[in-house]
Amino acid sequence: MMAAFAVTRGTSGLLHGLRASFRGFAQVKRGNVAAAAAVAPTSRRRDCRWYCVSNLSVRERIDTKRRAALVGGGQSRIDAQHKRGKLTARERVELLLDPDSFVESDMFVEHRCSDFGMEQDRNKFPGDSVVTGRGRINGRLVYVFSQDFTVFGGSLSGAHAQKICKIMDQAMTVGAPVIGLNDSGGARIQEGVESLAGYADIFLRNVMASGVVPQISLIMGPCAGGAVYSPALTDFTFMVKDTSYLFITGPDVVKSVTNEDVTQEELGGAKTHTSVSGVAHHAFEDDVEALLNVREFFNFLPLSNQDAAPVRESHDPSDRLVPALDTIVPFESTKAYDMLDIIHATVDERDFFEIMPNYAKNIVVGFARMNGRTVGIVGNQPKVASGCLDINSSVKGARFVRFCDAFNIPIITFVDVPGFLPGTAQEYGGIIRHGAKLLYAFAEATVPKITVITRKAYGGAYDVMSSKHLRGDVNYAWPTAEVAVMGAKGAVQIIFRGKDNQAEAEAEYVEKFANPFPAAVRGFVDDIIEPSSTRKRICRDLEVLASKTQKNPWKKHANIPL
Amino acid sequence: MAAHRLSPSLNRLLFTLKNGSFHSRCCAVQSTASYSSSSSSEKTFDKILIANRGEIACRVIKTCRKMGIKSVAVHSDVDSSAVHVKMADEAFCVGPAPTSKSYLNMDAIMDAVRSTGAQAVHPGYGFLSENKEFARRLAAEGVTFIGPDTHAIQAMGDKIESKLIAKAAQVNTIPGFDGVVETAEDAVKIAQEIGYPVMIKASAGGGGKGMRIAWNDEETREGFRFSSQEAASSFGDDRLLIEKYIDNPRHIEIQVLADKHGNALWLNERECSIQRRNQKVVEEAPSTFLDPETRRAMGEQAVQLAMAVDYSSAGTVEFLVDSKKNFYFLEMNTRLQVEHPITECITGLDLVEQMIRVAKGYQLLHKQEDIPINGWAIESRVYAEDPYKSFGLPSIGRLSQYQEPVNLSNVRVDSGIQEGSDISIYYDPMISKLVTYGSTRAEALARMEDALDNYVIRGVTHNIPLLREIITHPRFISGDISTNFLPEVYPDGFKGHQLDVEKRRELLASAAALYITAQLRSQEVLGSLRVSSVPVKCSKWELCAELGDGCYTVDVTKSANVFTVEVDGGKVEVSGEWNLAATLLPVTINGTDRTLQCLSRDASGRIVLQFLGTSFQVRILSKLAARLNAFMPEKVAEDTSSILRSPMPGTVVAVSVKPGDTVAEGQEICVIEAMKMQNSLTAAKQAKVKSVHCRPGETVGEGDLLVELE
Repeated sequence: MMAAFAVTRGTSGLLHGLRASFRGFAQVKRGNVAAAAAVAPTSRRRDCRWYCVSNLSVRERIDTKRRAALVGGGQSRIDAQHKRGKLTARERVELLLDPDSFVESDMFVEHRCSDFGMEQDRNKFPGDSVVTGRGRINGRLVYVFSQDFTVFGGSLSGAHAQKICKIMDQAMTVGAPVIGLNDSGGARIQEGVESLAGYADIFLRNVMASGVVPQISLIMGPCAGGAVYSPALTDFTFMVKDTSYLFITGPDVVKSVTNEDVTQEELGGAKTHTSVSGVAHHAFEDDVEALLNVREFFNFLPLSNQDAAPVRESHDPSDRLVPALDTIVPFESTKAYDMLDIIHATVDERDFFEIMPNYAKNIVVGFARMNGRTVGIVGNQPKVASGCLDINSSVKGARFVRFCDAFNIPIITFVDVPGFLPGTAQEYGGIIRHGAKLLYAFAEATVPKITVITRKAYGGAYDVMSSKHLRGDVNYAWPTAEVAVMGAKGAVQIIFRGKDNQAEAEAEYVEKFANPFPAAVRGFVDDIIEPSSTRKRICRDLEVLASKTQKNPWKKHANIPL
Repeated sequence: MAAHRLSPSLNRLLFTLKNGSFHSRCCAVQSTASYSSSSSSEKTFDKILIANRGEIACRVIKTCRKMGIKSVAVHSDVDSSAVHVKMADEAFCVGPAPTSKSYLNMDAIMDAVRSTGAQAVHPGYGFLSENKEFARRLAAEGVTFIGPDTHAIQAMGDKIESKLIAKAAQVNTIPGFDGVVETAEDAVKIAQEIGYPVMIKASAGGGGKGMRIAWNDEETREGFRFSSQEAASSFGDDRLLIEKYIDNPRHIEIQVLADKHGNALWLNERECSIQRRNQKVVEEAPSTFLDPETRRAMGEQAVQLAMAVDYSSAGTVEFLVDSKKNFYFLEMNTRLQVEHPITECITGLDLVEQMIRVAKGYQLLHKQEDIPINGWAIESRVYAEDPYKSFGLPSIGRLSQYQEPVNLSNVRVDSGIQEGSDISIYYDPMISKLVTYGSTRAEALARMEDALDNYVIRGVTHNIPLLREIITHPRFISGDISTNFLPEVYPDGFKGHQLDVEKRRELLASAAALYITAQLRSQEVLGSLRVSSVPVKCSKWELCAELGDGCYTVDVTKSANVFTVEVDGGKVEVSGEWNLAATLLPVTINGTDRTLQCLSRDASGRIVLQFLGTSFQVRILSKLAARLNAFMPEKVAEDTSSILRSPMPGTVVAVSVKPGDTVAEGQEICVIEAMKMQNSLTAAKQAKVKSVHCRPGETVGEGDLLVELE
């Protein structure tokens, strides 16, 4: 409360004049583990703790401290941050949250390190290297921390960790999401093990909060070493292109250990993590875009696991028919189409926030709304690798499904899957174990589950993709659906091995199995529907399923095949 | 101005109405295409096969339905769920996607005729419509070809022969070489004799395909090569001819209609001067340029020519008209023309119906003096193509959203696609023919403007920006046009609508209003909440708008659905329903009704609006975001001079370089064929070829990397 009034003022401009007068700054080298060199001596005045002179009132000291906190590491470092195309911690918070909604906490916290000259006044910064507090995004409550690279390279001190832990604890108490804006060189080396303890405190809270409140990490600068595990534990990790890096060890260490030559960008840049490693869920062009997109993304999420998926006013009629869907599936079952076309046409206002759009592209996951209500969408993508399930797509899908289930977000699954990808690479990589994750995730999910089979639903992959057998609430098939153990050619080769007239047998098989009837007559799909009516039906079903209650047996926790 | 023309024609209309020969003209322009019918008691055919696809197949089927005739569609495998297939009573697959294997596959189409028992075949335009062999084969099996006799097709189909016949029939012709050109060197020699500029064109061709203009010897050689290739692939006949190229002409054509009893009529003209690469873009009927005497002279010559070849059915005689109203015979198209609807609008005749009647052997119902000019009709050819690349390079894609402006009055849309259809590389990229009609030209033009604004096409790039610019251009409005209109008006290529200060304000104000609507909606969380929401209460916004290189301060206040916007030194009031899901965004801007379209809207404030036909990207940021955005680095765009990307989807016909070659600026690197047009891609600078990523015969998409230079 107390802090609120100071923060809402403009930050930099107002304070320019003050900078030079009240203290000199230690030269902090930027870079990865910056803090090591943080206390290089300077030639500036050292007796600058003028505001402690006893004739100054407490009031003045409060004001001075607040002003100091607002400029973080000082104007020259703010300029340097801007020059790198990055915003400061406070600018980021201001842009992320609704105007005037930020309520800061722990503005007066300072680090407690007394080694290596850190105890000197010029090495103390009110608030230390992180800005924390709560605020609102489109009116909805959120807790935020934003690491301040201008103070000791954003390095994590005991005090820094303590501030983060405090707001995380508060977020858990009231049930509101936590957004972390990461921009940190790593551990505060001067503090040694205290810094490590700080990390662990945060990790523990990340784990405790997991599945209770949504946690989002936005990587806006370096994030290396142990620090990477906090984002990894959160629900979503977003990155900023060209300015953010995530890695366990930097290129120098990599060179000395494995003799690999690799740049920061190649090792842990946004492109790497959104397309190769699957560590990050999305990348944005720059800080401003990233923050504005996180605002948009936040709208999809409930505040906690006690809340239903949010429902927003929708301008898109829930009974809108989509004639374009009637012709979207090509006649030749070998021909690809874009599952995103189906998703865009079905959801409200063609608005789909895709998660991991560049990783394991044979499965599409993301958030959308149906009649205003947030839903999670999972779809096989026939355009990429025929939409087969492999290790990466299974893991991508599983994690997404589990998030939706944890936060009461209904899951809509569009199925066109020819099966699991065969091959030694997949088997050696453990497709059995990883494929089981997706199966597990769909099976344990108790949120409303609606499934639409658009074309192929073959073999074990049919079972996995939110089938009726895994407690699907409503399972539809389009007239083009084929629910079968495998495609006609393969099936005929097994059933009629060594026999002639294979072509005839194949035709018979197609007639018998390559259509939705075998599944429909057994009740494995609830109805065969006109594709154009898909949106209308899903909206209607969700209305009913809003009151769905389903409980899994009591357990300490389940044992997903990790 | 047009009123004096209208009154005599109204008299004629009344006269004809008395004779019960056709219904009111208005019928012809209804969206459902109910045309005037002549005599319902006439028996024609029981079943007609339409040997075509797309809009023209749909067009013919509509008339078949009206006349109570069963229709048979033929289709390639990729077209199996096309609109014309759904509309027809029966459908028959004639082969795979490439036209040479399906719509040009005579054996398959003859099979279709036999197995469906169709008594007649309507060929539409293009494909087999002017193929004498096809007409002959049909005749041999006793099936009626709805079109002229083979004799007329042959005589008029061959440009050389047609010119000789025209001369003999005392039709004005263009000076040129009356013979087939054998080699490139021949071509140069002939061209020099005639004198530059010359036109090289396919003897069998039409529709601008296989046609090149040459201004010097080198261009003649190049043109010869391209034209013969294109002619070979489009018509299976690579013979070329050369004639004098008339600079700055108008292209005006006369619709003729003849029966098998020696009667022939001219149904007035169509002005088709607005062309790009010799393909028509905007047509109108009548022409602003013709006086009644010239019209009559042209009409009479057209009829003389038709008589000279014993023409029957509908046909079109194309003329070039120079600035002194001298006209020269260009060619005769022995088929239904793409732009026939505008003639139907002003004459009230259903040309397809007349073709069917004539084919059955009935006499024409009308006399020349019965043919009116009622009002004015304009046709815009809406294409799936990018007008910013040489006035239109083909684009492909899936029509994710598609909505024709047929709810507007006096708008006719002839199309063969629907929402969800694919525009593929195999066929003509025409989406539809948008026809508007009015009692005056100004009325028709105003409706066209409205219709273009209300036309929703998403998923493919389309030429509506260009069409809308053309029909609102002062030169077009005044009727000052020629076939060089586009290159003259846009010498540096088409760049979309150029906003003046006021229009820019309107655009920015609309974008800002939309942005605020979306922002406010984000706060509308419904249902009971565990943690209460604290929406930002605001009725005044300070925003920044980026448009192109400009950045504008935008101050907005809102009351109900009305936004008052101060921007760029002016005040704009915009009101509307602000439906964020609707494809069309009808707004009132300072009292003027406009229809905008919001093409996309993203989280970081980018709003793409189609405004006055052109799409503009505006980025709206809060004042804070705009201030912080100034710190964001400019992302360096890819250097495009050293890479060659395919400007359109198509097939690689030839690659003229290999890695290590040095190319000069402007040197041909490869040739892409798309929609039957060959396009030569050239080097943007002198450089060494680093790598080649395409092979002849390969299919490439738009933006695919073809060749890298060093």
